Amino acid sequence: MAVRSLMVASGALSLGLLAFMPLPRGAEPQVYVIEIDKLAFGPAPAGLHVNDIVEWRNSDIFRHTATASDGSFDIDLPPSAKGQTVLRQPGVIDYACRFHPGMKGRLEVVP
Amino acid sequence: MFRKPSFLLAVTMSLAASSAMAQMAAKTTDPQIAHIAYTAGQIDIAAAELALKTSQNKAVKDFAEEMVRDHTAVNKQALALVEKLKVKPEDNDTSKSLTAAAAKKHEELSKLSGAAFDKAYAQNEVAYHQTVNGALATVLIPDAQNGELKSLLETGLKLFKEHQQHAEHLVGQLK
Repeated sequence: MAVRSLMVASGALSLGLLAFMPLPRGAEPQVYVIEIDKLAFGPAPAGLHVNDIVEWRNSDIFRHTATASDGSFDIDLPPSAKGQTVLRQPGVIDYACRFHPGMKGRLEVVP
Repeated sequence: MFRKPSFLLAVTMSLAASSAMAQMAAKTTDPQIAHIAYTAGQIDIAAAELALKTSQNKAVKDFAEEMVRDHTAVNKQALALVEKLKVKPEDNDTSKSLTAAAAKKHEELSKLSGAAFDKAYAQNEVAYHQTVNGALATVLIPDAQNGELKSLLETGLKLFKEHQQHAEHLVGQLK
């Protein structure tokens, strides 16, 4: 679902609708990768802005999820899967794996 | 498998024995360690399969599915590794005592149903993961000679700790 909304978003961008979208930095959204391996999330990227994208990549042999504690995303990640989250709002989002409660992280998103 | 104390005691004793032996003479060998680790995973898979057959509780079933999935994944890695290293897993007293205790617990759980089963299964999962964590941390990981085996055991320890935490959460939910 996140992937589809990204495609829609990039479609909108290529249609020249950029001018109508609030991009406070005047910059293109960035894609940041968080890799999961050996039952841990890789470090959360710094400098996240609204409309940036977090790409979750599961390099582990186990199935995981990236699940926001505020319910804003819940991405199922079987081994070798990836999924994306578009950061819609500024704020702090804690996330964890639903299966392995010790796997945790925090995204800090600024406007 | 247990009245918990007797099982814990049995395993603790056998682990203490192998740990004492390790200091006095030969350590637990890699073929034995591989056998113990694989056995520990299979035991948890068998318990989960019983839970999937018996329980009607979604949280319990979800947990059991996770156990089957994760331990199958790690045991698959273990089999690939022993094949690559040309190590033949070797049965030993620790594996035997784990298997015997598991058989006893399986029998005990098989007689239960409904909420009584769910609670007993979840509590056993906490105790079992605790026991295996102890074995991994104090005997199996320190004694492992091969680097790749050691690294797989370390992943196993991390996994068992996560499962223990999840099992503790499940016990709390079932109260």
